[in-house]
Amino acid sequence: MHIPDGFLSAPVWIASAAVSAGVVGLSVRKVGKSLEEKQVPLMGVAGAFIFAAQMVNFPIAAGTSGHLSGAVLATLLLGPWPATLIMTAILSVQALLFQDGGITALGANILNMGVVGSFAGFLVFSVIRRVFKGKKGVLIGAFVASWTAVVLSAAVAAGEIGLSGTVPLRLALPAMAGVHVLIGLGEGIITTAALAFLLKVRKDLVYPACQPYTAAAAGGAV
Amino acid sequence: MSAVYGRGCRRRGLKGARWIWIGLAAALAVGGLLSLAASPSPDGLERVAEDQGFLDKAAEKPLLAAPIADYVFPGIRNERLATGLAGFTGTLILFALGAGIGWLARRGRARGA
Repeated sequence: MHIPDGFLSAPVWIASAAVSAGVVGLSVRKVGKSLEEKQVPLMGVAGAFIFAAQMVNFPIAAGTSGHLSGAVLATLLLGPWPATLIMTAILSVQALLFQDGGITALGANILNMGVVGSFAGFLVFSVIRRVFKGKKGVLIGAFVASWTAVVLSAAVAAGEIGLSGTVPLRLALPAMAGVHVLIGLGEGIITTAALAFLLKVRKDLVYPACQPYTAAAAGGAV
Repeated sequence: MSAVYGRGCRRRGLKGARWIWIGLAAALAVGGLLSLAASPSPDGLERVAEDQGFLDKAAEKPLLAAPIADYVFPGIRNERLATGLAGFTGTLILFALGAGIGWLARRGRARGA
């Protein structure tokens, strides 16, 4: 759901860019304080994998496709602050090198898929894994968080497009939410499968607060 | 650090630092090869824009000319090769950029920010 140039009015894209710039700046400070040495290459691998996976559109209905956003996957590996930076890097490269998403819309795309995706996803995940215990809770949490993050990102994108006067919000919101209810299922399946695989082969690469509760993980708070 | 991070995990599965290269190789395979199987249908936002008649508001010309526009590597006749190479290139760039951002952020701390 990369918004191209032309869909957003100047006040909307400027405001979105300002909010994103603020959160990205804060993320840089947070990440600088908390990033572990091993997470440096993990930032690289996560960025590479999510960029690559975003290229693989999957069909969701007649004549419509969707692709991974990856914000929740990045959050599960690194936490929401580094995830915001990874999504910012991906979306910036896509806009500047691949003409995927507008230059003026970059701040809005970072806000929708990076900031909203990472933090809403983390919040939903944190709530669900408190309800369902153990590994099951983590996997259910990953799926529901991925789905919710995609639908929320789409709703915020619809809000920006509606506020811009491009199309009335009462049309954009149900249409965007409706399509992304389906795309979110794909997001959930890919994210949950990737997490399940990592929990099996290299559990220590999963963000401590997103691992199943164990004696060790319980000590590492958010 | 090791209290939180994976005691007992180190020796299993993808050992040592090998996971980095296996992870990168997997990403390159997805971006360079699996991307060729991507559905060509419009994505969610494009579908909505088409259905609601505002797709034509998208700027026809980009503000900045992108070097690998629409994931087609320039100067290559073979369409599939051009897409695969675009994906391969972007994946490598994101690997370097992601790790670079992490490295810079940590370096800032080391200097006592």
